Amino acid sequence: SQGKMARDMSDIDILKMELEQLKKEVSTPREPVSKTSKDIMDWCEAASGTDLLITGVPDDKNPYKPEKGGCIIT
Amino acid sequence: MCDQTFLAITFGPCDSCSENRPLMNLYIKTEPINYCSLCMEIMACQGLASGETLKSLKAESETLRKKLEEERKKLHDVELEKVAEKAEALGELNMKTRRTLKGHGNKVLCMDWCKDKRRIVSSSQDGKVIVWDAFTTNKEHAVTMPTTWVMACAYAPSGCAIACGGLDNKCSVYPLSLDKDENLAAKKKSVAMHTNYLSGCTFTNSDMQILTSSGDGTSALWDVESGQLLQSFHGHSADVLTLDLAPSETGNTFVSGGSDKKANVWDLRSGQNVQSFDTHDSDINCVKYYPSGDAFASASDDSTCRLFDLRADREVSIYSKDSIMFGAASVDFSLSGRLLFAGYNDYTINVWDVLKGTRVAILFGHENRVSSLRVSPDGTAFCSGSWDNTLRIWA
Repeated sequence: SQGKMARDMSDIDILKMELEQLKKEVSTPREPVSKTSKDIMDWCEAASGTDLLITGVPDDKNPYKPEKGGCIIT
Repeated sequence: MCDQTFLAITFGPCDSCSENRPLMNLYIKTEPINYCSLCMEIMACQGLASGETLKSLKAESETLRKKLEEERKKLHDVELEKVAEKAEALGELNMKTRRTLKGHGNKVLCMDWCKDKRRIVSSSQDGKVIVWDAFTTNKEHAVTMPTTWVMACAYAPSGCAIACGGLDNKCSVYPLSLDKDENLAAKKKSVAMHTNYLSGCTFTNSDMQILTSSGDGTSALWDVESGQLLQSFHGHSADVLTLDLAPSETGNTFVSGGSDKKANVWDLRSGQNVQSFDTHDSDINCVKYYPSGDAFASASDDSTCRLFDLRADREVSIYSKDSIMFGAASVDFSLSGRLLFAGYNDYTINVWDVLKGTRVAILFGHENRVSSLRVSPDGTAFCSGSWDNTLRIWA
């Protein structure tokens, strides 16, 4: 949809737009933090085995180790 | 007019059009309404007997804002940090610079990884865009844009093209060829046209569409082949500085952050702003989705990074310290979402434990602001770009 930019709208139009937005947001479904943050944590723990920056990677498997002694500029 | 009206004439700002005019002080039932004669006629014609004045709209807005706050508060039954007490503590992290990519002649403003996990595209203030092999540090392609301050660049999912733009107000796509001598600029395609600088760009799930953010206050979705505008997103009241697309499994949304201190979540198809967060005290420079798609992190000039939970519809964590006084410019999550890497204007990179809210490491090395930071697609390393003209790979 081609909406107007805020600077092209009159004060009443801006207020009406904000009001419409607020009405939508008030009726947005929400869940309690006790549930959602537990889900965030569980997802994180389930994926932790694959997080190489935490588990580390043996030098012979990591393309960035060992360090190169300088860099090549072509 | 109802038969309880009576008129008196005064001069002042009209409640409807805000112009200073002779006012008809009208009383509808007992509510005083000050309209100029023109607006009164319009109102009479439109039958707005309830008097939709600036005042009444403002009052309704205020009531809804309070209701929104109440609804959000009800669900704030615990802190993330409390829930995270059960999480295992992180071991010591051993990260350092493994590669330094030198070749830009000026500030590096943006970078992005290729899906092949080894190539990187970076763009700088002097208009140069370079494609690197991060394993060998070799430069594979270079193109000079006809503009300075190339603030945004992105790698196409296929690895066969890059997109970039900045002060030219455009986003252009360059197909990459295997022939390194080929003149990339010859095949350039202009895709997006904004009315102010391009601050961010990303391909969607294919090479066919690009999402852009701009200093003109809007974000937009474009068809690459035709350059056609597919959808535009209005709602920020100042420059949009950053955007990030939700992980593909979680549906068609993206988040944007702006100079208006707000982070907005948008539906790609409808163009609607579905959620909005305004707890930052200054410009939001970067937003990134948590890997599950249920949250996102932000980096701001107010020197904090924050985590916003999309299902609880609120901010759930602040990553900050009194000793960190400079703006945060860029953030990204490690693969599991446990670590948040953040680059700051004080030249450092801070690594945060996302769940526990604590800082687990500070990385030194850059000699100027860290402007851009991204974890590689397989999570083995992350790359940072800086105003010291270099990029560093950390692992």
